[in-house]
Amino acid sequence: MIPEFGHFALIIGFCLAIVLMTVPAWGAWRRNTRAMSLAPGLAVGLLVFVAISFACLCAAFLQDDFSVKVVAANSNSLLPPIYKFSAVWGNHEGSLLLWALILSLWTAAVAVFSSQLPLLVLSRVLSVMGGIGVGFLSFLLLTSNPFARLLPGTPADGNDLNPLLQDPGLIIHPPLLYMGYVGFSVAFAFAIAALLGGRLDASWARWSRPWTNVAWAFLTLGIMLGSWWAYYELGWGGWWFWDPVENASFMPWLAGTALIHSLAATEKRGLFKSWTVLLAIFAFSLSLLGTFLVRSGVLTSVHAFATDPARGLFILVFLALVVGGSLTLYALRAPAVTSRVSFEWLSRESLILCNNVVFLVATLTVLFGTLFPLIVDALGAGKYSVGPPYFNAVFVPLMALLVPFMGVGPVSRWKKDSARRWQSELAIPAIVAVLCGFTLPLLNASYNLWVALAVTLSSWLVLGLCRDLWYRVKGASTLWRGLRRITPSYWGMFIAHLGFAACVTGVVATSQYNIEHDLKMSPGDTEVLAGYEFRFVELAPVRGPNFIADEARFEVRRNGRIVARLAPQKRRYTATGQVMTEAAIGAGLFRDLYVAMGEPIGQDGAWAMRLHYKPMVRWMWLGAILMAVGAFTTVLDKRYRRQRSTAAAGAANEALHGA
Amino acid sequence: MAPRLKLFLPLILFAAMALFLFRGLSLDPQALPSALIDKPLPDFTLPVLGRESMLNREGLIGEVALLNVWATWCVSCRVEHPYLLQIAQGGVPIYGINYKDDDAAATRWLAELGDPYRANIIDREGTFGLDLGVYGAPETYLVDADGVVRYRHVGVVDERVWQTILQPLYQELMQRGSKG
Repeated sequence: MIPEFGHFALIIGFCLAIVLMTVPAWGAWRRNTRAMSLAPGLAVGLLVFVAISFACLCAAFLQDDFSVKVVAANSNSLLPPIYKFSAVWGNHEGSLLLWALILSLWTAAVAVFSSQLPLLVLSRVLSVMGGIGVGFLSFLLLTSNPFARLLPGTPADGNDLNPLLQDPGLIIHPPLLYMGYVGFSVAFAFAIAALLGGRLDASWARWSRPWTNVAWAFLTLGIMLGSWWAYYELGWGGWWFWDPVENASFMPWLAGTALIHSLAATEKRGLFKSWTVLLAIFAFSLSLLGTFLVRSGVLTSVHAFATDPARGLFILVFLALVVGGSLTLYALRAPAVTSRVSFEWLSRESLILCNNVVFLVATLTVLFGTLFPLIVDALGAGKYSVGPPYFNAVFVPLMALLVPFMGVGPVSRWKKDSARRWQSELAIPAIVAVLCGFTLPLLNASYNLWVALAVTLSSWLVLGLCRDLWYRVKGASTLWRGLRRITPSYWGMFIAHLGFAACVTGVVATSQYNIEHDLKMSPGDTEVLAGYEFRFVELAPVRGPNFIADEARFEVRRNGRIVARLAPQKRRYTATGQVMTEAAIGAGLFRDLYVAMGEPIGQDGAWAMRLHYKPMVRWMWLGAILMAVGAFTTVLDKRYRRQRSTAAAGAANEALHGA
Repeated sequence: MAPRLKLFLPLILFAAMALFLFRGLSLDPQALPSALIDKPLPDFTLPVLGRESMLNREGLIGEVALLNVWATWCVSCRVEHPYLLQIAQGGVPIYGINYKDDDAAATRWLAELGDPYRANIIDREGTFGLDLGVYGAPETYLVDADGVVRYRHVGVVDERVWQTILQPLYQELMQRGSKG
């Protein structure tokens, strides 16, 4: 019965979404207050029913109800409970339901936390989000019903979850990623509401900023987890493959990065209005495009879901409606005249413009690279694949171009700044950065020019930030007071930019200094890698809950002292017979030691082994975490709450006058 | 351009992209046809791994054979290797093309993992691979007795690929050869 309840709840949710899409929008058009004020309640109702539906699917998985098709195909009675739970979104139908759940979560969050918004704006925003909800819920109900039963012919046991997905990282990776993807729908809805209302002023930027920052933070964490997962689970030590599905999550991130900066300029200075609206549409459209690419089968990828052209067509039509519709609205309603606000060449506005250009070019490059095989194929010109060399060749110089400007960013002033001021502020950081760049890589055994460049750039970034922080703090009587005076918005920017510097350093250092040995090892063998002595101690069979494995036990010594014990495994999952490589990693802030098992060689217990020495690889993910923390911090800023109290005061005023 | 018209640009670009996406729905990205299907194997004269001799096109053709493009840097090649050994044990001639690889590493690989190949052509610069239109290792070509390329498989050859695609084709070519 439970799956039928779930199905039914989903249908009710769908109906509520239709009402949410239509009635408040009609109310906003006819200025009907009662119709408009239905919106928040409908949004919460939508969340309740989609959540019930999701809970029912979880119950079906946890109770091993193999009469439900997706459970039979993606779970197994031997699967540990936590993976039964994450198996809910380890398949097309369930992950789409998760999408819908998160969308209704965001919709309800906007309804609950935006009481300070004018009702007119709120009802438009919620209507737009309701419309997106209608699209996804109908997609679920019409093409991908997660509650479809296998009756009769219920299998005795399920097929098991893909072993690649049986991993703690993958439990939270999709929810975080979807929080980010779907979170951009809020910025999108605000942009559409602003276009519909015809008022593109600073207020819509202020309203959508915290939402956009939170969505961006989630997306950052989601991408980071995906990269980390690929690193330790795929067994070849890579952390980014420029795979179409990775690109699908990376493109909204790039566009979102441009958006959060451009929103700042729109809020503070009323600049780039049309541009910011376009970026908001762009970021969410790319999220939808990502969904399309992953589920339609138009591109090959290691993690594409089981694909189906009918589903592809459905999403394409939906994509055309949402993106085509919003771009048409944009073309008709966006202000065509350039704003009267002006700024000089040397100003924070120019730097933000520079950020936007770099990130937009980066987004388009990735988009082009991702779609290129498809375009060529569609034109009948053959089959091509676009690999990492293309992406690296374009991406690395773009980022290298970005960082010098980023160092100036925090120090710069709005509207008009002077080169002489920049000189006096930043001369010392520049000199110190170059010194750091040339000396710090000496700490490593081999000197590398790329690392020197990366360290120079990141030190420039960090020192510029510190210079600015000092500038803000020094006026106060004590250091503590000075630090207290700084707003959460500023701290957020500070932390996120530090994170970016860490990320750049980590990526370059690990790509340049990475050492990798593929070799045959028998128990008792020793291999030395970058001063670390890897000893293959023994080989042992291991039995897990739903797999059997060979485990190679390693001791790693440096200068005679044991620094890590590593136990990589080669697992065979009993339900599917799939073989998986489980790498073992000795993690450290400055280096990772990585061992993965290849294939057995001969009969005497010898194996092909893959040993890696990866310096500073953690910096990349720590950097991403810092970026996310920074983005979350900005939301604490009082200015987003202050306006609520003024709005409340305004309402109170109105009430007084009314009485 | 009038300012208003400029705002239509994103819409137009999106429409163009949507057209391609629509076209993409009816295409299969996995299918990688080769330009060489039903064409003669290109000419080559290249050294043989582990022997002091050269092999050319004439030396290779004469019977139905598999041409397997591999390299020690290719992870998937390691996956398909045990299966190639099985196929070779079944009497199917397999020639290796050691693609953009290091000779010493390749020799070590064969010594460690077993050698399923009749002979290995050293294609260090990838020139023969270029003529063949190699997309990436591993790839496997089926060449008939007259030296005509009949099939190309991109990716790992495993039991499924062998039994559903390559083996039926191989047997068909063998029969055709024995009749003619």
